[in-house]
Amino acid sequence: MTALFQLDDRPLLSVKGLTKHYGSRIGCADVSFDLFPGEVLGIVGESGSGKSTLLSCLAGHMTPDQGQVIFRTTDGPRDTVTMAEAERRRMARTDWAFVHQNPRDGLRMGVSAGGNVGERLMAIGGRHYGDIRAKAIDWLGRVEIAADRIDDRPRAFSGGMQQRLQIARNLVTGPRLVFMDEPTGGLDVSVQARLLDLLRSLVREMGLSAIIVTHDLAVVRLLADRLMVMKGGHVVEQGLTDQVLDDPQHSYTQLLVSSVLQV
Amino acid sequence: MTEHSYNFAYLDEQTKRMIRRAILKGVAVPGYQVPFASREMPMPYGWGTGGVQVTAACLTPDDTLKVIDQGADDTTNAVSIRKFFQRTAGVAVTEATTEASIIQTRHRIPETALSAGQILVYQVPIPEPLRFLEPRETETRKMHELEEYGLMHVKLYEDIARHGTIATAYAYPVKVEGRYVMDPSPIPKFDNPKLSNSPALQLFGAGREQRIYAVPPFTTVVSLDFDDHPFQPTKAPHDCDLCGASESYLDEVITDDQGGRMFVCSDTDFCQTRRASGHIGALGVPVSEGDAA
Repeated sequence: MTALFQLDDRPLLSVKGLTKHYGSRIGCADVSFDLFPGEVLGIVGESGSGKSTLLSCLAGHMTPDQGQVIFRTTDGPRDTVTMAEAERRRMARTDWAFVHQNPRDGLRMGVSAGGNVGERLMAIGGRHYGDIRAKAIDWLGRVEIAADRIDDRPRAFSGGMQQRLQIARNLVTGPRLVFMDEPTGGLDVSVQARLLDLLRSLVREMGLSAIIVTHDLAVVRLLADRLMVMKGGHVVEQGLTDQVLDDPQHSYTQLLVSSVLQV
Repeated sequence: MTEHSYNFAYLDEQTKRMIRRAILKGVAVPGYQVPFASREMPMPYGWGTGGVQVTAACLTPDDTLKVIDQGADDTTNAVSIRKFFQRTAGVAVTEATTEASIIQTRHRIPETALSAGQILVYQVPIPEPLRFLEPRETETRKMHELEEYGLMHVKLYEDIARHGTIATAYAYPVKVEGRYVMDPSPIPKFDNPKLSNSPALQLFGAGREQRIYAVPPFTTVVSLDFDDHPFQPTKAPHDCDLCGASESYLDEVITDDQGGRMFVCSDTDFCQTRRASGHIGALGVPVSEGDAA
């Protein structure tokens, strides 16, 4: 019984000295952090500060020049930078999820909503049409898309619906770690609010760990437990979200926080 | 008969050697698409330039060649390719499946079971089964490499979602020897079961796409499907109107503008053989009378 109350203090993802150069330019340099199970980490910074580079390196879309990305797989901690590509891609389909800013990058636009949600299930060996469809309907419901839209293509969906569909497609295999690249970018504020609400409840319900890259401080205020501020490829400040936003120490963070328009 | 200004079977020996290497590699790795340096042939792409090159590389002066186009021996594509090899290689040709040692085919597998020692050469327009699902060739190669074939089932899922059944009727994707997913060229899915465990060597040539792949004799070829929507070979629910065969793949032939139509075997040699041995369909006449008329 005691185990139930023990906090899991081993990190799910442990990043050490991650560096990526584009020729002589710095993409991101010497980034280190730990992410614990159930924790949401926000990465903020201006355009060109290396947020997306960092996320791509973490998610295995890009190979970093230096550093380790140690993920706690079911068989123990593994460095995802050096693991075989087949294994990394399998993990990207099962344990990880990646939500793109533009749903067109993350969805198959020529395939129906049900097919989009079912793709990951089929990729890990789902071969029963009825089961796949039932699961797709269940997940469309969870992201507030009506079940009768299951055979419509994403083209017929609004921007907000496409983004919700992308989230359903990613979460259907029950990943443990979700990478999000500006998940609310390009949506109007009311749709953003609903999406944030949905994301927050899904993250809490499923006990997901997430890394959210954004330049919208309101998004991290709502979703993130911890915050990392990047500038010029370097992490300039990190800490608890409220702490960083309410009492920024670094001059760039102060600038960032004070740039937000108050309505 | 041979036009001596050409090398035997049109292609030069070095080219044939290069193609044979690709074929050998294809046979060694069943279902894997081997790139090869496809040559310009004296016929347009889409007319079987890949199949012709594979046939040319396999032909020996002792071979007997049969060429079929959609099952028929007497349509333009079949006639012109057969003539091409008669002129450039001087090999014997036949319309009888059982007498041929090499059969070049477009979009059908003969009804008559093939035997050991025969080579069936397919003309392939698009060798990549994942092409219309994933347009990036770099990505599809990676998917083959890592056996990531979930996407193929997305296509079948879409079929069922839209039509209620797997509506793909030709070029139906198959898995070869439990490893590579392969496009069997646009043969009707009725022919898919014949791919598996055939005693004949099956070679696939795609000229424009510069790929050769192979299914060696006695190789397991499984058509992809879902547990609750199993693969079903389909054909028109009729008997052949000329020879009465119930088990062969049929073509629908429109006979007038009043809605008149008939169903006939798409494999002309099969139909002819049956009629010659006395089988008569609903609209057929005995062979001797037909010849007289």
